[in-house]
Amino acid sequence: MHIMEGFLPPAHAAAWGAVSAPFVIYGVRRVSRVMREHPEAKLLLAASGAFAFVLSALKLPSVTGSCSHPTGVGLGAILFGPSVMAVLGTIVLLFQALLLAHGGLTTLGANVFSMAIVGPWVAYALFRGGRGLGLPLSVSVFLGATLGNLATYVTTSVQLGLAFPDPASGVADAIAKFAGIFALTQVPLAVVEGILTVIVVNVLMQYSRDELRAVRFAPREAN
Amino acid sequence: MSRNVILLLLAAALVAAPLLLPVAEGLEEPFAGADGQAEGVIAELAPDYEPWAAALWEPPSGEIESLLFSLQAGLGAGLIGYYIGLRKRRATPPRDRA
Repeated sequence: MHIMEGFLPPAHAAAWGAVSAPFVIYGVRRVSRVMREHPEAKLLLAASGAFAFVLSALKLPSVTGSCSHPTGVGLGAILFGPSVMAVLGTIVLLFQALLLAHGGLTTLGANVFSMAIVGPWVAYALFRGGRGLGLPLSVSVFLGATLGNLATYVTTSVQLGLAFPDPASGVADAIAKFAGIFALTQVPLAVVEGILTVIVVNVLMQYSRDELRAVRFAPREAN
Repeated sequence: MSRNVILLLLAAALVAAPLLLPVAEGLEEPFAGADGQAEGVIAELAPDYEPWAAALWEPPSGEIESLLFSLQAGLGAGLIGYYIGLRKRRATPPRDRA
């Protein structure tokens, strides 16, 4: 999902930057509030960031014969709310832009939007929705993390389609072309991310109940 | 715990399957990165597009790149392991500790 440095026209790059900035600024305030109000959950927050750090470093093979990576932002979004992940996701993307030449500074706004905003919000909304419908915790976590990951890649496809419309058939066709690369490759990887997120939540439910209660993740006896 | 082991094996199987199945046969670049493939589509849709910025710094070789990627994964995994170890210890009464 990394749009490479310089691969969005300046107007698009600036627009995505402008869209993403308020989410990141609000996210910084949320992060400092979590740290102030729940100092006991600081380490859990760091571990959620670390999860995104690990997963986005792993480029995995997919059934399409190409490679892509999970994003790992669903976990933190489900535990702490999506705004927090705008910050943690941005840190991951900055690390990769500066040290790995993956993504870039001019495309940071667009990449933050897909990975650190859309992904976490979709994950959070589906998790909450699943719980609201009475689905089991694991199923809700799985749906949120899996489809949040997929949503990130669909967003990247839309961003590239808008920037590079097909000269003959327009924006929709270009989006379909990019989605053919990103979204399709991503399906099994999104499922892997969903499974790994469920495993981590299982472990947390066993050993970190106090913190989960503090951040209102497990207010009622859930399982 | 055994439920988590089953889930972990399932995830591993999903990752391993494409390597074991002939999905990449006949491809010019088997298991190329999707990001790079998207660049190819951009070149096809907008052949005149010139990237207007370049990375400030690039890993000088594939080895250095894999070093930095491993570092990223290792640091993250280390922190998660530390965290879970800490909580597991706190959750286990002292007399049950080995």
